Amino acid sequence: MVKNAVGRELPEKIGNYVVKPYKGPGAELDWDKPACTNRVPRLSPAGGSKVAASLKDAIIKSGLKDGQTISFHHCFREGDHIIGQVLTICRELGLKGLTFAPSAVVNVKNPSVIDFVKDGTITNIQASGIRGSLGDGVLEGCMENPVILRSHGARPRAIEMGELSIDVAFIGASAADDYGNCTGQIGPNACGSLGYAMIDAYTAKHVIVVTDNLVEYPCCPASISQMYVDQVAVVEDIGDPAKIGAGAARMTKNPRDLNIAAKCAEVITASRRFKDGFSFQTGVGAIPIAATIYLSEKMEEQGIKASFTLGGTTSNMVDMFRKGQIRVIESSQSFDAVAARAIIEEPNIVEIDNALYADPYTKGSILSKLDFGLLAALEVDTDFNVNILTGSSGEMMAGMGGGPDVAADAAVSIVVVPIVRGRTPSITKRVFTCCTPGDTIAMVITEAGIALNPKYPLYEELKEDLEKTNLKLVTIEELQQLAESLCGTPKPIETTDKVCVVVEYRDGTVIDVIRQIKK
Amino acid sequence: MANLKRTSLYAPGTNPSFMATVPFFNEDCIVYDLEDAVAISEKDAARFMVYNTVRYHRPKDKYVLIRVNGLDSEFLDDDLECAVRARPDAIRLPKVEFPEQVKKVDERITEIEKAAGIEVGKTKLWCNCESYWGALNCQAICEASPRVEAMAIGAEDYTASMRATRTKEGKEIEYVRNMVLMGCRAAGVEALDVVFSDINDTEGLIRDTQYSKTLGFDGKTVVNPRQIDTVNSIFAPSAKEIKYAKRVMAAIEDGRRRGVGAVTLDGSMIDKPMERRAETTLAQAKAAGIKID
Repeated sequence: MVKNAVGRELPEKIGNYVVKPYKGPGAELDWDKPACTNRVPRLSPAGGSKVAASLKDAIIKSGLKDGQTISFHHCFREGDHIIGQVLTICRELGLKGLTFAPSAVVNVKNPSVIDFVKDGTITNIQASGIRGSLGDGVLEGCMENPVILRSHGARPRAIEMGELSIDVAFIGASAADDYGNCTGQIGPNACGSLGYAMIDAYTAKHVIVVTDNLVEYPCCPASISQMYVDQVAVVEDIGDPAKIGAGAARMTKNPRDLNIAAKCAEVITASRRFKDGFSFQTGVGAIPIAATIYLSEKMEEQGIKASFTLGGTTSNMVDMFRKGQIRVIESSQSFDAVAARAIIEEPNIVEIDNALYADPYTKGSILSKLDFGLLAALEVDTDFNVNILTGSSGEMMAGMGGGPDVAADAAVSIVVVPIVRGRTPSITKRVFTCCTPGDTIAMVITEAGIALNPKYPLYEELKEDLEKTNLKLVTIEELQQLAESLCGTPKPIETTDKVCVVVEYRDGTVIDVIRQIKK
Repeated sequence: MANLKRTSLYAPGTNPSFMATVPFFNEDCIVYDLEDAVAISEKDAARFMVYNTVRYHRPKDKYVLIRVNGLDSEFLDDDLECAVRARPDAIRLPKVEFPEQVKKVDERITEIEKAAGIEVGKTKLWCNCESYWGALNCQAICEASPRVEAMAIGAEDYTASMRATRTKEGKEIEYVRNMVLMGCRAAGVEALDVVFSDINDTEGLIRDTQYSKTLGFDGKTVVNPRQIDTVNSIFAPSAKEIKYAKRVMAAIEDGRRRGVGAVTLDGSMIDKPMERRAETTLAQAKAAGIKID
């Protein structure tokens, strides 16, 4: 066993997976080779069409074999109908031992991914999160090989360093033409940005665009160009629009969440970095959306405008953009129907590649220029380490998302979390799963006060700025004790020695593992 | 430091998760409720939870109250036993109509305080005026016991007793508002205004609270945590009021240093009520956490 820089005990090897222990944020890579790609130069079919007879024919023609890796993007979220169709065909074709590599957490049902794990179609998973029946199955030890989880920024790095090598990329598109130009911005199942599919399109050995909306050539706009696409498969149905992104996100009425959101907006406006041209990323969820709305009000009051926002886009950000409060929205994902439409309606709402958003090893991710970034958390511990994966009983709850990336690269990284959820404390002595190292967290905002991280490089600056306000500053230990006084001390989650999940940091080192939960 | 009573928020005694959450909002006063928010079958459970919360998990920096059941209710005695022993700042009595009722409760509280080893008189009372009798006897109720610190208006029951129709505009409660204010001021206790029930009407809440403040009320009961910051900000002294109060106090100080009896500011003489108002403004500002230096 080895201990990494956040004090987690790790085996040196898990099956064939060699553990490189996490050493700290901002590490240079030991890598001087060209970026990896599986992309194969192929002669364009002159004047012809790339439309396959069916999705099944496309898969057969791709040459997909046992043991190879298939990838998907997650921009259709819970409304995705592509993954189920592809996996069902793979099973029909008798394919075994596939590595399933979606760009984030997926929780598709009917059929569920766990069914394909159980019958051996899938034997490896690399994602940003797993939940639902798949998460439960994995933590019960149903897979021989550990699932590898990475943040949004880590995935493109892993691809370019050959750790995730995609054989066939299935790219769902709400519109595509017969030569492979495709987009998520138009069509009945529009999901907006296809930012997470780009790295797959650029590097996979074989790229199949899957659509239910074949449009006249050339498809415009084209998020992914025909030059990366091998085949187009037309299916009856790519998703459920109600689950892909229904309407605009609404302001929560939960007073506790509003309280935290208001504090968050106050923190940002109290900072000396809150000035014309500042940048922020708030994301989606009850607290971030409310914080965005409060921030917009304060920007209006003080006449301050942002240069850009980043990452997942919501309708609230689009509203701010249309009021002239944000100059550019860099959108790697669209969280609702308004945000999905906005890319095509507004030239300065830009669809960006996920690698450009969050990969620190691209020579220039936009996150590196960000002033304020918000992160959600399931748990935070007294070392400011963040758990965004596992819940109070150890169950898989969410995905890594861009949390570790935002924390590491934003000048001020802010965790927003209620101190208790139900009967479970959110501020603990030690998080069950460490996903984001505490060294990269500037502060934790709760309804009971704000804890600044004394180890954060901007601690003195933030302390000075916040002490000028009426905001209540507390220590993280005070928050932890308060949370425990309300809920009591939860019993530790008991595990076996079997490692079910490897949690990789941005540089490919291991920040934590999740072991099989004892029943 | 002045005890601010700008906002009072109810926490039902049978809702433990809300009871754990309320201390984190910005209300000045928390009212743990044994009365209307608790089903008859749950009264004993509510007493148990409220007692343990107030006694052992008492929120810091809050004025803590327990609202007991009605004066003619079969639950009152057990409620008082629980509430006094839990050691809140005050007990909130619903539907008070006559000073004798307050005297009787005062005596019972004294008995419990003695039995529990609590300093006699420590448990204060807030009386709710919820009927025409309460309004007519307001001053006498407030003066019935030195424990009485405040009176609050319950507009729904009051309008029912008057056979009036409750409206958002509130003309039907105009008289009781003024009656209670005058009674409270005459008795030297604080006056708390009615709730504004429409939690989604922020503009209406602002108008209603501004009107409360203009009349002279010290605060308001809120029905939802989302109303707290709005009401607090209206009842807190404004920057202009604080600036003026500071100028009044500086002029008085200057007069004292120079040995001058009558002090003027902007051509007007500063009299005792002006000085008292300035002191109250600054004390309230400090209590509200407003930096005044």
